[in-house]
Amino acid sequence: MANPSFTPSTATPGLDPGVHGPASPALEGLDPRVKPGGDEKLLWAEGLHLRFGPITALDDVAAELWPGEVLAIVGESGSGKTTLLNVLSGKLPPDAGAVWYRDPVGDAHDVHAMPAPALRALHRSDWGFVQQNPRDSLRMRVTAGGNVGERLMAAGSRHYGTIRDTAMDWLRQVEIEPSRIDDMPTTFSGGMLQRLQIARTLVTHPRLVFMDEPTGGLDVSVQARLLDLIRTLVARLGIAVVLVTHDIAAARLLAGRMMVMQGGRVVESGLTDQVLDDPQHPYTQLLVSSVLTA
Amino acid sequence: MIMLRAEGLGKTFTLHLQGGTSLPVLDGAAITLEAGKCVALTGPSGAGKSTLMRALYGSYRVDRGRILVRHAGAMLDLAAADPRTILAIRRDTLGYVSQFLRVVPRVPALAIVAEAARGRVDKAEQLLLRLNIPRRLHALPPATFSGGEQQRVNLARGFAGGHPILLLDEPTASLDAANRDVVIGMIREAKARGTALAGIFHDRAVRDAVADATVTIEPLQDAA
Repeated sequence: MANPSFTPSTATPGLDPGVHGPASPALEGLDPRVKPGGDEKLLWAEGLHLRFGPITALDDVAAELWPGEVLAIVGESGSGKTTLLNVLSGKLPPDAGAVWYRDPVGDAHDVHAMPAPALRALHRSDWGFVQQNPRDSLRMRVTAGGNVGERLMAAGSRHYGTIRDTAMDWLRQVEIEPSRIDDMPTTFSGGMLQRLQIARTLVTHPRLVFMDEPTGGLDVSVQARLLDLIRTLVARLGIAVVLVTHDIAAARLLAGRMMVMQGGRVVESGLTDQVLDDPQHPYTQLLVSSVLTA
Repeated sequence: MIMLRAEGLGKTFTLHLQGGTSLPVLDGAAITLEAGKCVALTGPSGAGKSTLMRALYGSYRVDRGRILVRHAGAMLDLAAADPRTILAIRRDTLGYVSQFLRVVPRVPALAIVAEAARGRVDKAEQLLLRLNIPRRLHALPPATFSGGEQQRVNLARGFAGGHPILLLDEPTASLDAANRDVVIGMIREAKARGTALAGIFHDRAVRDAVADATVTIEPLQDAA
């Protein structure tokens, strides 16, 4: 934690008035797509390029995110959307370009120039990452409560009773029976595992959460529940989200803005309803016209 | 007071999947909405009434023209505004009732309307009851409702926000006579409060009951 270039903000999670902006109190906790947030960008990237051998994964990509908003990145497999998520979250360095993050104090940090410990501290506190496969981020040999409590402890909590109470509260918030707190994740269904991962991620009140296909691989009925949960929690906590998905219907319900990727390029971006109802680019038109409506 | 003034609106759809076919829909469309008045859009089916409505809301991008909206004490051009400004305008100033209800599948009807009512559950409840959605349905998600019930939830949601400008895209399309009268009453009350409205009303009786003026959208000649 003793890193001069980055100070985790867990001391006052989600309470920094400079971060969540002058939103009217009457509007707090409402539609995440309409949350105004602050006037300064939270995360932004310019000129991102990345090649994997002969494959261009990112070709001059720019992105920006404001506090409290949900940005969806859509496109088919291989379009570069997950690569972009990994570059934005500092997991994967680009060949060229930069990603910037503004901390709660207002200082901007070049994510890929940060020392590794500072980036890890960021991932433990201000940021969260929800993987498509919850087994990639959960510890399967630690109890459900332990999985949630562990992140709290990593962020500095020490009091066992408080940690357990908070973990129990979060299990309830993601609709897992609190009586399951001492059960191993191996006894959980896929949908429960994903909800446990979300509890583990949100317990530290991050300002920014990266989500990689959070509803992928789940039954449709489970997806709806998860969508509702993500939407409610994100709105209530005022969290900014970068959501990678190939599920356009989910993106419409969750995101205020959308970027469409194809072959490593952003071919279209804008308000979600503009992009989906009035797509301009041939690829977006194909994508939208290919969606089955039930 | 003028709340919205759109002028010189041009919109051509380019259908890339149909060999780049151009489909001009609006050319020089204009409309002005004043506080306390309701403007009815008329014209044959397919002439572009819904296109104009969606352009006014910012769902469709226009190729030409301005859409000036009175927002936070100034006239802002929605056609040139960035996405975050459009979202702010929609939150505070510009409401919309679409033809179909589109919501997260599991959310109860009351929660949908309460969210639009900026958290006021009592107001949401009143609106649903007024639109003859019985209390026993409030806790259920509207996916299981009939088409008419869904449209009434949609109307409750649209009116709940109390926006100074309200756009209504066929709000009475699937309603019976009793509910149509409720909607007429709600539109009249909104006008009395100073709301500026524009609507597409296929039902002539509704249009005659609420409209202070009409704007006719004529179909454009097919382009070569």
